Amino acid sequence: MSKKWSTLAIALGALAMSSATFAAPSPEMLANACAGCHGTNGGSAGDTMPSLAAQSEAAFVDAMMKFKSGERSSTIMGRLAKGYSDADIKAMAGFFGKQKLHIANQMVDKKKVALGAKLQEKNCSRCHLEEGKEGKDDTPVMAAQWLPYMQIQMELYASGARKMPDKMAEKVKALSKDELDALNHFYAAKK
Amino acid sequence: MTLDRRSFLKLLAAGAGAAGLPMIGNAAEIMPKKGRRVIVIGGGYGGSIAAKYIRMQDKTIEVVLIERNKQYISCPFSNHLLAGYIKDLSSLTIGYDKLAKNHGIKMVYDEVTAIDPAAKTVVTKGGTLSYDKLVVSPGIDFRTEEIEGYDDKTADIMPHAWKAGPQTILLRKQLESMADGGTVILTAPLAPFRCPPGPYERVAMVADYLKKNKPKSKVILLDANPDIVSKPTLFKKGWEMYAGLVEYRPAAKVTGVNTAAMSVTVEGIDEVKGNVINLVPAQRATALVGSAGLIGEDKKWCTVNPTTFESTLHKDVYVIGDSSNAGAMPKSGYSANSEGKICATNIVAAMNGKELIEMSGINTCYSFLSHDEAISVAGIYAVKDGKIVGVPNSGGISKLDYSDAKLEAKYANSWLKNILTEMSS
Ligand SMILES: Cc1cc2nc3c(=O)[nH]c(=O)nc-3n(C[C@H](O)[C@H](O)[C@H](O)COP(=O)(O)OP(=O)(O)OC[C@H]3O[C@@H](n4cnc5c(N)ncnc54)[C@H](O)[C@@H]3O)c2cc1C
Ligand code: HEC
Ligand code: HEC
Repeated sequence: MSKKWSTLAIALGALAMSSATFAAPSPEMLANACAGCHGTNGGSAGDTMPSLAAQSEAAFVDAMMKFKSGERSSTIMGRLAKGYSDADIKAMAGFFGKQKLHIANQMVDKKKVALGAKLQEKNCSRCHLEEGKEGKDDTPVMAAQWLPYMQIQMELYASGARKMPDKMAEKVKALSKDELDALNHFYAAKK
Repeated sequence: MTLDRRSFLKLLAAGAGAAGLPMIGNAAEIMPKKGRRVIVIGGGYGGSIAAKYIRMQDKTIEVVLIERNKQYISCPFSNHLLAGYIKDLSSLTIGYDKLAKNHGIKMVYDEVTAIDPAAKTVVTKGGTLSYDKLVVSPGIDFRTEEIEGYDDKTADIMPHAWKAGPQTILLRKQLESMADGGTVILTAPLAPFRCPPGPYERVAMVADYLKKNKPKSKVILLDANPDIVSKPTLFKKGWEMYAGLVEYRPAAKVTGVNTAAMSVTVEGIDEVKGNVINLVPAQRATALVGSAGLIGEDKKWCTVNPTTFESTLHKDVYVIGDSSNAGAMPKSGYSANSEGKICATNIVAAMNGKELIEMSGINTCYSFLSHDEAISVAGIYAVKDGKIVGVPNSGGISKLDYSDAKLEAKYANSWLKNILTEMSS
């Protein structure tokens, strides 16, 4: 048996050596690697981790470029984003953008949702279009996003750890903590 | 080559793999193959994902997942039991029903005893199964023969707790029954081993338990390596919160064991006694892949094509996860997950006569230092000059000032939730 094994092994070893050519990583090849943290096809099951499914392509690219440059502070995305070319990032944006919106199974406070609905109209809807269901330029889709994730982001904005656009800051700073939380509930509840 | 395999087989003379080989051809087929079939052995971090992602990409390929256990218990977060952050392993236990149903994966709960790469069959206790392509992700075995005095009973007295389950529970119970003022010995084998940050996270978890419950005790890590293998600066700083409780001894390789005396021999130095001893032996690919002739020249790990994870020794057999040598990708659950997808994508391409695709992989490992503080390491991987390497100027470890530790603990909890959900649905 040993003889058969070894001849086979040598033949295959030679085979493996021959220089094969491969296609460049497909959008799936790149994006699937993110799913261990962000969930299959970008639908997150963990409430502090953002879903990427159905994210606007422009906002996704903007976020990744800002992670890469350090302009957007992060715990881990900065380290990860540096491993991808601009073309890779565009390819992944396309992949996640075409996924179905992930409706997380989460608890929201109805009263807060109602208050948020009123507040968003005046304060946020200029940029966060269609009640957060649509992204535009660097503004991300927030509908159905995980509440704990958004609460963390709001705290980071409030402490200055994450910089927000000046125009958004004007609005956010005029609102109380409770009002901002109501807005988070509102966006989380959107489907 | 021939000699290597023969000596490996001799080493495993008592192992199921070697014993199973003569069975080939005699046992009955469990499920006759009708179309194109991929068999996946092992429903852990690597195998469950390979099975799922093949079916996600091509529903015309039949996928059979063979796993010995009906339930899988995650090693990641199992150190939490030692600290007492979780009371049992239920939050780390998953089944396969949803995965099988959602993706049309055929489950076979059985022990694989042999692989015949020439006949393209897999032998289980229940019969044989034939394949067009085979993915193997069986995890690790221990090189216990390198520790003098180690026998079948050793792990019942000095648990490794390096496969989550009864071993983890045993170690926790031993910690609970130890008197205050006792010594807990942890050990780390020479790299490469499963989960490079694991032993160092375990130090913190045990120290936290001692600090809260048995403050006169101490934990000693006997590390066979010259220094902490992963995130050294972060762990050293992190352990400071357990000052007085933790003793780190680098270059302290355990070469012998005496369960009656509750001591281990450290190479060239001395006997070290402990009230609780967590002995983690050095590791290799499992006996099953060894007897199938999939292990490379180092006699420890499976050599694979870095782009597809196809064995360089046997065609149509792919090895992923801890058993494979994946170059710069560490032996972690995240790596196994990433490798499962890379392998699945290229198997689907190959079976459809399409061009194979360059791999792009990720690893990240979160390690806890206390119940609400964690640190991480991250890497992005690609193939260069025939080897898997880290993409330059990317990846790395958490901020050294620890400012993100609380936030990272929150994200780490969601990481676990997501990766286990990926595997189980
Ligand atoms: C304490 C500890 C903490 C860890 N923490 C982390 C972490 O935080 N993050 C991280 O990424 N990784 C972590 N890891 C590492 C991680 O657990 C492994 O790298 C990962 O499980 C490897 O996946 P695998 O598919 O190769 O093997 P496994 O996950 O072990 O799966 C192998 C499966 O194959 C089955 N099997 C084996 N042989 C046969 C056979 N002959 N027949 C049938 N079935 C068989 C087994 O039952 C098992 O279900 C940790 C490990 C330890 C020990
Ligand atoms: C180790 C887990 C992990 C991995 C792997 C990971 N991410 Fe993230 N991601 C996070 C965390 C945590 C955040 C929040 C920001 C931070 O602190 O880093 C985040 C945030 C993001 C955001 C911002 C979302 C928003 O709504 O603003 C994007 C976009 C993103 N990740 C894309 C990716 C892509 C693409 C990949 C794969 C190349 C990836 N991530 C891999 C953990 C991860
Ligand atoms: C001037 C346009 C603008 C206005 C007004 C605005 N936003 Fe934003 N918002 C943005 C942009 C752009 C981003 C992404 C910017 C970044 O952090 O990189 C963002 C990001 C966010 C995020 C983080 C989402 C994520 O996925 O990480 C939250 C939460 C948020 N906005 C809430 C609000 C709320 C609540 C209001 C109203 C009080 C508001 N925004 C008003 C433009 C705006």
